[in-house]
Order: sequence, then C-alpha cells, then structure tokens
Amino acid sequence: MNRHSDLAIEAEGLVKVFGRTRAVDGVDLAVRTGGVFGFLGPNGAGKTTTIRMLATLLRPDGGRARVLGHDVVREADAVRGRVSLTGQFASVDEDLTGLENLVLLARLFGYRRAGARARAGELLDAFGLVEAAGRQVRTYSGGMRRRIDIAAGIVVTPDLMFLDEPTAGLDPRSRNQVWDIVRALVDQGTSVLLTTQYLDEADQLADRVAVIDHGRVIAEGTPGELKASVGSGALHVRLRDPGRRTEAERLLAGALGVPVRRGPDPAALSARTFDSARAARALSELSDAGIAVDQFALGRPSLDEVFLALTGRPAEAGEAVREEEAA
Amino acid sequence: MTTTSPRPVAGTDERLRAALAPRTRPERPGPLAASLVFGWRALLKIKHVPEQLFDVTAFPVIFLLMFTYLFGGALSGSTSEYLQYVLPGILVMTVTMITMYTGMTLNADVSRGVFDRFRSLPVWRPAVLAGALLGDAVRYTLASMIVVVLGVLLGFRPEGGVVGVLLAVALLVVFSYSLSWIWTTLGLSLRTPNSVVNVSMMIMFPATFLTNIFVDPETMPWWLNAFVSVNPVTHLVTAVRGLMHGTVTAAQVGWVFLACGVLVAVFAPLAMYLYGGKE
Repeated sequence: MNRHSDLAIEAEGLVKVFGRTRAVDGVDLAVRTGGVFGFLGPNGAGKTTTIRMLATLLRPDGGRARVLGHDVVREADAVRGRVSLTGQFASVDEDLTGLENLVLLARLFGYRRAGARARAGELLDAFGLVEAAGRQVRTYSGGMRRRIDIAAGIVVTPDLMFLDEPTAGLDPRSRNQVWDIVRALVDQGTSVLLTTQYLDEADQLADRVAVIDHGRVIAEGTPGELKASVGSGALHVRLRDPGRRTEAERLLAGALGVPVRRGPDPAALSARTFDSARAARALSELSDAGIAVDQFALGRPSLDEVFLALTGRPAEAGEAVREEEAA
Repeated sequence: MTTTSPRPVAGTDERLRAALAPRTRPERPGPLAASLVFGWRALLKIKHVPEQLFDVTAFPVIFLLMFTYLFGGALSGSTSEYLQYVLPGILVMTVTMITMYTGMTLNADVSRGVFDRFRSLPVWRPAVLAGALLGDAVRYTLASMIVVVLGVLLGFRPEGGVVGVLLAVALLVVFSYSLSWIWTTLGLSLRTPNSVVNVSMMIMFPATFLTNIFVDPETMPWWLNAFVSVNPVTHLVTAVRGLMHGTVTAAQVGWVFLACGVLVAVFAPLAMYLYGGKE
C-alpha cells in the first residue's frame, strides 16, 4: 500500500469544533496494526468525537487522518469497508430482536437470506445469546446488550474495531466477558482502538495508551512507561507492635535506601520503591530483628496516579493505588 | 496482572474464535437491495411495536365519523351527500398527517445511536432513508384502506369505481412519500423527537385545514382563497377527488406530480446532506 501500511491509524492535528467548544483540539495519533490501543480520558475529553471522526461519522474541521491507509474524508467508503464501530453512539435497534438485528446487518453486508441467518446464528452462539435470540433487545441486561452490540460490529470481521467505552456500567462478570471478547478479537488479527474512563481497563487490555484531556493528547506510551513517568511504586508495611515503629523505620530505610514515611496509622510505614527484591530483603531484615509484620503490600502506581500527575486532577473517584501483591 | 478472567462458559472461547475467523466478505448489496433491507426493518418495527399503527387506524376512523356527522348536515344538507365530497379529503388529510411520524422515528433512531451504526456501514448511503420511507408507504396504504372501507360502509359510492379508487390511493402514496422528505430533513436537523412533532404540526395544520378538504374555497375571503388555491394539498385533494369520482383531468394530476417533483428535488438532497455530514 504505502510506507505507512503498518499503521492502523495516523492522525495529524485533528480538530472538531462544536459552537464555541473545541471538542477535539489538535489530536495527533499513530496507532500500529495489531493489539489494543487504549484511548483514555475523563468524560468530555474528546475521546468519542475523535473516534467518530476516525470512523467517518463526523467530518473533521481541521487536520488529517488516515485509517488503514485511507483518508477518512476522501476515501470514507474504503474506510467504512474495513472498520467497525461499537459503543454508546453506535448501537443496535432496541425494538428488534437480537437475531433480527444481526440478520439485518448481515444482509446489509451482502449476505443472502440463508447466509445471513447462518452468520447471525453463529455469532449468537459464540456470544452466549442463543436463548435471547428471539427477544427484543430492549429486554436485554446490560452485559447482554453490550455483547449484542459487539456481535453487531463483527458480522463481517473488521480489520480495525473502534470500541467506545465497551464496559461502562457493567458488573465485573460481564466486564470480564467483554474483555475476553476483545482479547479473542486481537488474537484473530483485528486491531482495536478502545476508549475508556477506567484506567484499570486500559491497564488490563492495552498495549499502548494515549491520555486525552480537553481535546488534546497529553501523554502516550505503554501503560508501564506511563507509570514509570510518574515514579515508582510503594511498599506499605503494618507492624503488629506500634511501639517498634522507630526501629523498623531505621531498618527499612537502610535496606531500601530511600526515605521511609510514617502513615497516620501508628503501626504503618511506607516507602517509595519499585524494586521487589530489595523490598523482600527489607522485610526479611524486619523478621530477623524480631519485628512482627501484620501485613505488607507492594503497590505499583495505578493509571489513576498517572492521570493525576499529568493533569493535576484525578480521573475519577476511586482507589489511588491498586495493591498488586498483598500478603 | 492479578485479574485472570474466568471463562464464562466452557467452549465459548473456541466458538468465539471460530466466529471471528472468517475474514471474507460477501459482495456489497446494490442500492435497491440495501433499501429493501431497510424497508424490511421498518416492517419488523411495525410487527414489534404495533402501537405505532394506532394513529394509522384511529385517526382516519375518528376524522371520518366526526367531520361527516358534525358538518355534513349543515354544509351539504345531508350527511350522505357530504360524505361523497369529504371522504377523498379526509383520506388525504389522514395520510398526509401520518407522514409526520417519519421524522419522529428517524429522530429517535439518531438519538439512540442506531443511525451511527448504519452510517458506519459501507452501503449505499440513501438506502437508510429510502428504506424507512418504503416502510412508511405500507402504513399509508393501510390507512387508505381503512378510510375507503369505512367510507363504503357509511354510504360512499365512488363513481370512478375500483380502478379510480386504487389510482387515487396510489397518487396519494406517491405524494406522501415525497412529502416525507420534509420530515426526514426535520428529523435530521432538530434535537428531539418532540420538537420534530411540534414543528411538523405547525406546518401540517395550516397545510391540511386551509384547503378544499371540508368546504368549497369559493366561500372563503379572497386572501384565504388565494392561499388555498396554491396549497399543494388542495391540488392533491382535487386530483384524488377527481380520480375517485371519475372527473379527473390531466392538469389536476400534473399539478400533483409537479409538487412531488419540487418536494423531492429540494428536500431529498438537503436530507442527504444532513445525513452525510451530520454536525
């Protein structure tokens, strides 16, 4: 195709203005084919508007974008033939049954009557929706609804799939099912651009992440790189005997080589470190000295912290540090 | 990674992978095939939400009974004589009134996100709109049947016979189809289904009442008469009446086709423009 053929998406200075608001204010993106690219930001950051432009539903007011090598404005039809869009703004018809929705889309893709029914049946089976096939989609639960939405997006397996907040409002079990579907899609060779407000989700699925705020990309990298950019994780220790905290503080500081902080809890200590080997040594020194430890945890910085560090405000109310390894 | 997701059901994963595997795509459907698929969707919606036929069935019955027996005696001396005059008009009124729902349903599709799914597909773009209108044509025909059958039961005797009635209904459906492009344009440009209904009402009330449906325009003041005689609905009523009673002239039908042509020429491109570059 051309020298950029390894790029699924390349956008330069994309702009979209609604009235006086610059919803998207110069977004640059380079997304490789394969894997999941996470598009992360709070509500109203411009995620959905960017996706709608990339999926040819909105005309950009400025900048250029190519999707799978095709210009989204001049070659919109070629783009539409290879991508699919699923999410809050591209849904199925609630009045129709799950089966009818999939047959409808299959026929629009050019399947004949029997072929369309067969393909719809195959998808319903794969997504665990066989029993609900004959029910109107408006009666579906949140998780079923999201699965039928995604199934509708892969009636013909796309080369690039835009998933707009696919797990918003789902319970953990349904969320895991959606994640499994996304992983299966990627395994089969589809590139996925996923927007989310859940930092945890980007952490779980995405190979690379762009953080968007006020219509601009403010950071990009692997989840690991983003975390590293805000510094290390932390070792949290809770002693059985608060009276020995000073002694423990000295031992830990020596073993870790970093300052140790006292928590508001009189038995708690914490130190910023990402070195698990040193943390393990420090803990064994405590036990050698006969200082009993009730619990400890080595927490890696979460993407919440990343977001806070980048924007100066939290992405959402939630846990600040996910305890990765708790004893 | 701490969260290893449990497999929902044994075997699902394999089926999922199998379902994702085919990357071949069938040949794209042509414009007509795509429009018919969208027309099929409109019929499915009638099947699942039969309430939407309420206006199609109740409106004509209420209008016909109400106007015939309320005004008939006063305007024509007898209700049965008035029925011969008013029925074609009532038919036009009910069917043109229900065209408004095109805009409302379309707007609901847009706000629910169904539209974006269709717009993201590689199909002939006007197919979504053309298909929806195709489904509407079925509703118009149904409403027409109800009016005519009820009218015949009440004593309506069309001199144009069965052929005249069928031609009248066909002409009416063509006009309604053309008129629907106005509501399609409104449905794509206004924010909520409610505002679509309100604006449509503001257009349709004067457009249907200020006509020759109920009384001869000769009895009106000159300025109203002037408006009524250029109102395309008046020309439609004249032609439908003419077809039903066998007194139609080519000019009467010609005016209706002219109006249809103008409506489609102005509003279809406008609707397509709004559809293509929405926002």
